[in-house]
Amino acid sequence: MRRWLHRRSTVAFLMCLPLILLIGGLVVYPALYAIWLSLLNKRMTHFVGLSNFAFLLRRSTFHLVIFQSCLFAISAVIAKALIGFILAHLMHAIPSGRQRIWRGLLLIPWVVPLALSTLGWWWLFDPSYSAFNWLLARVGIGPVPWLGATGWARFSMILVNTWYGAPFFMIMYLAALKSVPEQLFEAAAIDGAGAWGKLRYVTLPMMRNIISITVLFSLIVTFADFTIVRILTNGGPRDTTHIFATYAFEVGIASGDVPLGASVSLFMLPILAIASFLILRGVTRRDREMAAA
Amino acid sequence: MSVATAASPALAARRHSHSLARQRRWALRGSYAALGVFVVMFLAPPFYMLVTSLKTSAEISEQRTSPWLVAHPTLRNFLDLIANDHYRMFFFNSVKVTVCVVAVSMVISVLGAFALARMRFFGSSVLATGIFLTYLIPDSLLFIPFFRIVGSLGLINNAWVLLLIYPTLAVPFCTWIMIGYFASIPKELDEAALIDGASWLQILWRVFIPVAMPGIIAATIFAFTVSWGQFIYPLAYLYSADQMVLTVGIVSDLIRGDVFEWGKIMAGSLMAAAPPVVIYAFLMDYYIAGLTAGATKG
Repeated sequence: MRRWLHRRSTVAFLMCLPLILLIGGLVVYPALYAIWLSLLNKRMTHFVGLSNFAFLLRRSTFHLVIFQSCLFAISAVIAKALIGFILAHLMHAIPSGRQRIWRGLLLIPWVVPLALSTLGWWWLFDPSYSAFNWLLARVGIGPVPWLGATGWARFSMILVNTWYGAPFFMIMYLAALKSVPEQLFEAAAIDGAGAWGKLRYVTLPMMRNIISITVLFSLIVTFADFTIVRILTNGGPRDTTHIFATYAFEVGIASGDVPLGASVSLFMLPILAIASFLILRGVTRRDREMAAA
Repeated sequence: MSVATAASPALAARRHSHSLARQRRWALRGSYAALGVFVVMFLAPPFYMLVTSLKTSAEISEQRTSPWLVAHPTLRNFLDLIANDHYRMFFFNSVKVTVCVVAVSMVISVLGAFALARMRFFGSSVLATGIFLTYLIPDSLLFIPFFRIVGSLGLINNAWVLLLIYPTLAVPFCTWIMIGYFASIPKELDEAALIDGASWLQILWRVFIPVAMPGIIAATIFAFTVSWGQFIYPLAYLYSADQMVLTVGIVSDLIRGDVFEWGKIMAGSLMAAAPPVVIYAFLMDYYIAGLTAGATKG
């Protein structure tokens, strides 16, 4: 018995036990439970198969939710990736001693808890006191209904998400840029490559893996976003700006139809599964490359 | 430039390098200018929050002067909130939950990461991958099943329920970071300790934790930020003021019907954002190490 307790694999298993219990009991079990819930009727008394999903797919509100989630996630991720890429290059161009302070300032949107900074944005978008509209009025542009009209409300959400997430992309890309050997740029310069050529043939191939991991990761987080939409519009005007998470909250918690809410949030699963698979592949491939190098 | 008028080959070369240097200087100035523009755009919302928090309600509703400036700064909003029982309660609940969650999460993930990184056992690599995958399951998928689970445990509207749920947000990523840090420690170190007769726990405590301290700090910061800023779980499960945490308490308490006390909302948000921002200001390098570790390590 004592020897068994001292065996390496037993000790290792015991050390992992809290971790396994936590992951199993509080992540895997709820995830499976969500699938089970989505197959029940509203009062959770009997099994109804996929009829919750079928019901959702027939509703035009839900069509809007799907459209809005995709629009929100895809345009926000593209904007974040572009701004992050530009920022990383700008940062890389200045002497490394000076980078610290700029990086420190630019990362602040990411550091402030999103639920709190979104309150600040909400106030910036206020219909009668919007400080943006005050600035626009100086240059003669009429008041913009930031959250009052569907199109503008969508734009505002994407804007806030981009503001919040671009610093993360900057940090990831900057780390990747710094790991590109300087000789490669010199070699490219000798071969006559200009700025564009260096970007196209050195920077992008060297950063490809980190770019794809960051984009996929951000896609998951942005798809699953809840805070921004909940605080800014809570789905309004007239349920046109809901995304999966906020709609699931509205249906499942606020209106009390837990199975339908679970079905709504499970619509995220395919995109999450595909993105996770690709991330995992990217990570293992990079590990193999690093092991080979 | 008088030098530029002279025409000898050496001078021409120098002029060429001169213009190159000038080109570089201009490129550098361009970079600074562009970065400056981005900094202004990125910091405008927090700046505006600060400006608003220093105004009285009368000055906020005054529409003739610029909303971006403050004419009569006052700390009234901050002082009122500090004296407010509810706000102090939110703050206390946030601190209570966060400290416990960070402690629990770090113990679980350091133990697990050590075992997974060093003591290979049946299924350990599958488990490591599985942990990374669970990190990708978002809170907005789990909050509905948790609602039922929490309800059946009788923990609805109890701040301690967050202690049960928050580790699921922090542990997968912290474990993932720590596996990376532990794996980078040379094998000779623990082999030497094993030969000296140290037990596995002693190796972890005396060798791995001190050596991997930067990783532990980075993971702790991550666990802290995640549990301090979490929004959907407290919003779904807590509804009375004595159980709420800051992220949900500020809005629920300061908006009464149609009356928005914007000065106080902004002051409350700024004070609530202070702990993560202060930690970030002092430990920026660890913070960034944690941020990039997820993709560059492990």
